[in-house]
Amino acid sequence: MKNIDAYTHVRGESVYLDDIPLIQGTLFGASFGSPVAHGTIVSLDTSEAAALPGVVRIFTYKDVTGENQIGGIVPDEPLLADHEVHFCGMPVAFVVAESVDAARAAVKKIKATIEPLHIITDPREAQALGELIIPPRTFQLGNTNEAWSQCTHVFEGRADTNGQEHLYIETQGAYAVPQEQNAIKIYSSTQGPTAVQRAVSRVLGLPMHQVEVEVNRLGGGFGGKEDQANTWAALCAMAAHHLKKPVKYSLHRMEDMAMTGKRHPYSADYKIGLNQELKIIAYEVTFYQNAGAAADLSPAVMERTLFHCTNSYFIPNVKATAYSCRTHLPPNTAFRGFGGPQGMFMIESAITKAAEVLGIAASEIQEKNLLKIGDEFPYGQKAQSEAPECWHKATALYDLPALRKEVDIFNAVNKWSKKGLACMPVCFGISFTKTLMNQARSLVHVYTDGSVGITTGAVEMGQGVNTKILQVAAKVFSIHPDKIKIHTTNTFKIANTSPSAASATADLNGKATLLACTAIANRLKKMVAEELNIGEDAISLQDEFVWVNGKKTDRDWKSLVMAGHIKRIGLSEHAHYATPDIHFDATKEKGHPFAYHVYGTALIGVTVDCIRGTYTIDTVKVVHDFGSSMNTAVDLGQIEGGIVQGIGWMTMEEVVYDKEGRLRSNALSTYKVPDIYSVPKEIAIDFLQTPHDNLAIFRSKAVGEPPLMYGIGAYFALRNAVRAFNKNGHFPFDAPMTPEKVLMALYATEQEGTIPAHEETNKHLAVDK
Amino acid sequence: MIKFILNNKDVATSLPPGMVLLDFVRYHQHLTGTKVGCNEGDCGACTLLVGELKDNELRYRSLTSCLTPLGNVHGKQVVTIEGLNMEGLNPIQQAMYDESATQCGFCTPGFVVSLAGFCLSGKSATPQNAIAAVDGNICRCTGYKSIERAAAKVAQLMQARQDADPVTFVSNNHILPDWLAGIRQRLYLLQTELNGQLHPTDATEWVGGGTDVYVQKHDAMKEASIRFLFGDAGLKGISRQGNRCFIGAAATVTDLYESPVMQQYFPHLADHIKLVSSTPIRNIATVGGNLINASPIGDLTIFLLALDATLIFSNNEQQRVLPLSLLYQGYKKLDRHADEQLVSISFELPGRNSCFNFEKVSKRTNLDIASVNSACYCTIENDHIGDIRISAGGVAPIPTLLEQTNAFLKGQPVNDTTINQAITIAQSEISPISDARGSEAYKRLLLGQLIKAHFLKVVQQAAH
Repeated sequence: MKNIDAYTHVRGESVYLDDIPLIQGTLFGASFGSPVAHGTIVSLDTSEAAALPGVVRIFTYKDVTGENQIGGIVPDEPLLADHEVHFCGMPVAFVVAESVDAARAAVKKIKATIEPLHIITDPREAQALGELIIPPRTFQLGNTNEAWSQCTHVFEGRADTNGQEHLYIETQGAYAVPQEQNAIKIYSSTQGPTAVQRAVSRVLGLPMHQVEVEVNRLGGGFGGKEDQANTWAALCAMAAHHLKKPVKYSLHRMEDMAMTGKRHPYSADYKIGLNQELKIIAYEVTFYQNAGAAADLSPAVMERTLFHCTNSYFIPNVKATAYSCRTHLPPNTAFRGFGGPQGMFMIESAITKAAEVLGIAASEIQEKNLLKIGDEFPYGQKAQSEAPECWHKATALYDLPALRKEVDIFNAVNKWSKKGLACMPVCFGISFTKTLMNQARSLVHVYTDGSVGITTGAVEMGQGVNTKILQVAAKVFSIHPDKIKIHTTNTFKIANTSPSAASATADLNGKATLLACTAIANRLKKMVAEELNIGEDAISLQDEFVWVNGKKTDRDWKSLVMAGHIKRIGLSEHAHYATPDIHFDATKEKGHPFAYHVYGTALIGVTVDCIRGTYTIDTVKVVHDFGSSMNTAVDLGQIEGGIVQGIGWMTMEEVVYDKEGRLRSNALSTYKVPDIYSVPKEIAIDFLQTPHDNLAIFRSKAVGEPPLMYGIGAYFALRNAVRAFNKNGHFPFDAPMTPEKVLMALYATEQEGTIPAHEETNKHLAVDK
Repeated sequence: MIKFILNNKDVATSLPPGMVLLDFVRYHQHLTGTKVGCNEGDCGACTLLVGELKDNELRYRSLTSCLTPLGNVHGKQVVTIEGLNMEGLNPIQQAMYDESATQCGFCTPGFVVSLAGFCLSGKSATPQNAIAAVDGNICRCTGYKSIERAAAKVAQLMQARQDADPVTFVSNNHILPDWLAGIRQRLYLLQTELNGQLHPTDATEWVGGGTDVYVQKHDAMKEASIRFLFGDAGLKGISRQGNRCFIGAAATVTDLYESPVMQQYFPHLADHIKLVSSTPIRNIATVGGNLINASPIGDLTIFLLALDATLIFSNNEQQRVLPLSLLYQGYKKLDRHADEQLVSISFELPGRNSCFNFEKVSKRTNLDIASVNSACYCTIENDHIGDIRISAGGVAPIPTLLEQTNAFLKGQPVNDTTINQAITIAQSEISPISDARGSEAYKRLLLGQLIKAHFLKVVQQAAH
């Protein structure tokens, strides 16, 4: 089944935030963001701006009627700066005007005098100064101190990853419309309608039942609209509440890029020990997460880094410590993978370092250490592992030895062009790591004409969740998909939702829908059974008809529904689902936090132009554990898209801040995401259908985030190609591998720290020194 | 009053001619299928088609409506996604649908419009050409593989066209709405009616394609008094006169790419131009604009510097001839008088024994601004270098001819020693800075590598 939105998408008829027809009298907002990264506000002069034609009012923190606070996990983030600013672009004032042009013109006339304070952009500096968002956390298994003596080989090093701009093509935005009795309705481009509702309620000082948040769909989210849609909604709501007029704010791309957080850059120190047989005996890692100026979701992201610090491998002795470091960058936030990719990059770097020194392929180490069923993760959960199945199927199906031979021959023959190959196994845990968030509700109405309307907490952002939910209902009722409509996500219809995130949206909302539909179907079946005076088990719904004892009757779905209504049987259901069996004790850092894990293995091949430092990604060949895919078209799209986004993160996407904390890569002209010519020439996906029972909806495993991490293999494939040209050159584990870094590495010498490019522009922290 | 045909409807507006087409279509005509993505021509979510009569032929080109002033579509036809909708899905939309080439859907109308542009372009029906049509469209969801599959299907749709007129073919075969067949006649009448309008005498801004000025000062342009150069027939055309090539200042990059003269004398032109922005930008960006915006890294500037191009300026009374190499006096500072307008560019066509190469490296190979770009023109006789001009961008405040390097190379044998010495000399005459496009050290290394690349290509070409 195709994505149910595809028809209106290709016709340009799908409605996004900026497409909602405006109510007469609508006003337009624009924010004035701090021009400096850290300082004390001495004065704020809005008089010239306020005098411009069309300007209605300029709001500051003084206009907040509730609490000037939008921090979710930690209350450390004012909506509008009061006395201090903490990052460039931090909203200081909000202009509301009669037109977008007038609002933006006024922003340019606002003058702030800000006394500068010390700016930190480096998480290691922040850690050294004690600037931490939360206390550090450590996950431990076995005892690394005692394990080093058992190791034949021990390697230490450092690895760094840069951030990543979400670059949803639809920018952030909100449209707030005042309702009677001080209530407010907000259209928001958010992955978390309840988060917006909470933020608005807090800022306005209104109870949550006064705040209606509605989401039709998003033009991409990728985590960037999980928590950070709150700001714009709260600003619009505050202005609308004061002015009693609808207020809309759809961000300009440069505002969006400058004011919102991104994937967290990480720096890490690792130590890895292997025995003679290349079994990893011990692994120690310390993560320095660049959280930015406020907590946002950083503590949760940091937690997931720890959960995924050993990727697909079983390591008996592990000690992983993470620091969430407060710097003066925009608060970094959720991004597909949510800290997992950073954790995985570090262990892959450690393994690759070992392989490079030992003069072997990293895959030799990778293969020997794959998780087996029953192996324990550092956080105590036992693996229901498909890792060896994925690995062995991938290496056999795509013939890894032959691919390797092909690369060796090519590299022997070609002087100025080198190929590289890497394997990337992935193991990703599914569930929100905060156990309480693993719940969802679905409201199903069956109308008397047989049509069905469904509302859940799921937000459609291209991932196809609404299509999957519709499939659930179609299957339970056994009716044609045309009879079912998935309605907008709305906090007045479904309350207390978790954001659409953690790859778990289809599982949670799909299961809730399954419960609701099953309840209605069972009531109808019971009615028929009573009529016929037979057991309920004899009744089934098939192909829009009632079947009795395996035989089709002449009662169709529509007449069944009408009969139910006449008999006064409830044709609506509001069902609640909570993932069973999961728990986690943060005081012990042990538990069973994930409903299940998703596994897979990718083989990635690249070619580097050793004259120019440019490269092509030739092939990505994957065996992916789908459980049992309920929609292969949607799932294939998630995998292909995730891989390309992951490759983008590892190769060309480079977030650059200067030492003043100003974003230099602040537009699409300076921040490059993959285009159609830069994607892998070939992406091959093999669906590993695994037989084990799992907690996924219809055993169709979550697919949103795991594929992104196959892209990590592109970094190591490029590294291998560069080393085929420059065997002895030293270059750090520092993603992304841009053409700049590739060229510098191709011509790097044996000495450590002789690559000026890394010192000068990139520095791992994404900071242009 | 600006008049044009919007889809199938005649529109006339007294809104400012400097307003961008995107805002007009979305916020004044309420055609919301065209999306706002980046406002700088880098994402393609706002892609539209513009049809105009050229030599009495109706020709369609895609463009980014976020950078296109209303003044540049005066007297033309504009096609949005709404204009492409038919009963049910048109076959382009069906291909996107069948291949699941849409996820969040926000970029999708832009892709469909670009693919329709391919169908209307008269280009041969290959998957490569269909994919090239979407080289300016960014999708963040799909990873493009499904879009490639859809594009291949769209190419198939066009295979039966052969030599038929593309507009007639797509309307007859129900690929696009049948009313497109009537546009040629309507445009003819519209152009006759408008003959010569829209030329303010008090213009303070001159706009060609708008692809740079609308990025640099988007807000100021809306209310500006603008002289629109884009449609000025006197500034168009690419022709050969004797051994020189003349390019009208308002000729677009696409015009350059499609010019028979250029194709004849530059056999690798297609490879070079593919590195310059994207299809919708090339369709509106002008050659003159690329020179006059004075970017230190303009691709065509670097291209033309190596060809020792000459500029002709006019102030309506007299003409002035200036070598391109003397135009740039400092960062964004030109030897150009306020009343002077660039009319044309000319250069001597490469002769026998000559080689030409263009190199560009950027973070992303396509649709990106160079970290360093460089062009090389030279003649080789008996394995020795005769004339040589290597130009380089991104290594100084202005686009640069490497004068000392070129002087050294003249008369030298082509070998590794020569090249290495040339690279050393080049390092002494450049002054790159660290910025978002690369560190100083990288740009220095890269320029040296591009000089090596030139000679690898030159040796290859000389061997043929």
